[in-house]
Amino acid sequence: MSEQRKAAVLISGGLDSLLAARVMLEQGIHVEGINFFTGFCVEGHTHAIRKRDQKKDKRNNALWVAEQLGIKLHIVDIVEEYKQVLINPKHGYGANLNPCLDCKVFMVRKAHEWIQAKGFDFIVTGEVIGQRPMSQRKDTMPIVSGESGAEDLLLRPLCAKNLPETLPERAGWVDRTRLYGFSGRSRKPQMALAASLGIEDYAQPAGGCCFLTDESYAIKLKDLWRARGNREYEMDDIMLLKVGRHLRPASHFKIIIAREEGEANFMQGYRKLYPHLKTVSHGGPFALIDGDIGDQDVELIARLVARYSQGRNADEVELQFTDLAGDTRILKVHPMQAHEIPKEWLI
Amino acid sequence: MSRQIIDCRRLLCPMPVIRVQNAIELLPDGSLVEAICTDPGALNDIPAWSRINGHRVVETQTVDGEYIVVVEVVRDGKS
Ligand code: SF4
Repeated sequence: MSEQRKAAVLISGGLDSLLAARVMLEQGIHVEGINFFTGFCVEGHTHAIRKRDQKKDKRNNALWVAEQLGIKLHIVDIVEEYKQVLINPKHGYGANLNPCLDCKVFMVRKAHEWIQAKGFDFIVTGEVIGQRPMSQRKDTMPIVSGESGAEDLLLRPLCAKNLPETLPERAGWVDRTRLYGFSGRSRKPQMALAASLGIEDYAQPAGGCCFLTDESYAIKLKDLWRARGNREYEMDDIMLLKVGRHLRPASHFKIIIAREEGEANFMQGYRKLYPHLKTVSHGGPFALIDGDIGDQDVELIARLVARYSQGRNADEVELQFTDLAGDTRILKVHPMQAHEIPKEWLI
Repeated sequence: MSRQIIDCRRLLCPMPVIRVQNAIELLPDGSLVEAICTDPGALNDIPAWSRINGHRVVETQTVDGEYIVVVEVVRDGKS
């Protein structure tokens, strides 16, 4: 008698959103997934860069989850709009630069716009009360549904029984008695539910779904903002923060030194956008320079890069420097000694 | 048959998938989209996305460190 209702599920690639989607499918709902790409997602990126990671499974977990569920997945690029969320989070940051609560609000708002545009009935997330200290608490649940504008069109099947009824429940589109009341940090209820649904293979729940929860990444991003005097960033910046050793000998420039071949290959892709150096006389890393450097800086940079080459103990190392115009010149320098490199340079 | 070439060089996954998806959204049944990528992850992700969304990968090849994936748009009324 009733028409099939449609839900958009926020798919992160983790177990919780997989379960939330599956619970909806069990109730006969038409489900499609949405996955948001902020630029900081751990998914994808990194394994393509580091050589040693290339043997790892390269699957994109969100796509994989969608395929297991037999649902469509729409990946939405929110890189540009996300900048405002990260630069000015109303609710502040978590342990590092992760604006989780604002991020959730933003994603649910985008999902709300999406369902309106596509004629879907409601939004589903895999949120669980108490699961995450910042964004998934009893008091943050109404913030997400309220500030996003989704209000009672947002259903969290895994903890719905601990929350007020939503429209999909009241209207009888879904059966509240067949939803769940999970709460707390334990993963056991999710694992038990997965087992009972015959789901055995899923991505291990990690600390966070993006690089902003990573301490060393956050330190590098803060350094970039401080050095530039503003909190703007481009896609290339946030990519390069994921690779290499970053050293800042002066406020107006930093050096990114590849740690291995995979990183060097990836960084080569940026050689037209940044001045760069490579070691000629010895085996050595590829290095990019980010900043506005003058002639007086080049020697120091060359000596520093030489330090990370196989000629570190030689009297002289030859390097090729290429400036932004593409002009190259050869430099012969004495590699810097360990004691000449202040700890503070390493970001 | 129209063939649209999308340059995804230097882009890391899932950006190549997003580019392919956004191109396909605007194309009629039978069109071809050719993505040229440098992230090997695209060889998994673009076919996975295509399977999920009902489109057909008609060709994948690796040439000089570049990965080329050609997808045929399938509109069968399911979308
Ligand atoms: S970990 Fe990152 S992507 Fe996940 S909610 Fe927090 S800020 Fe958003």
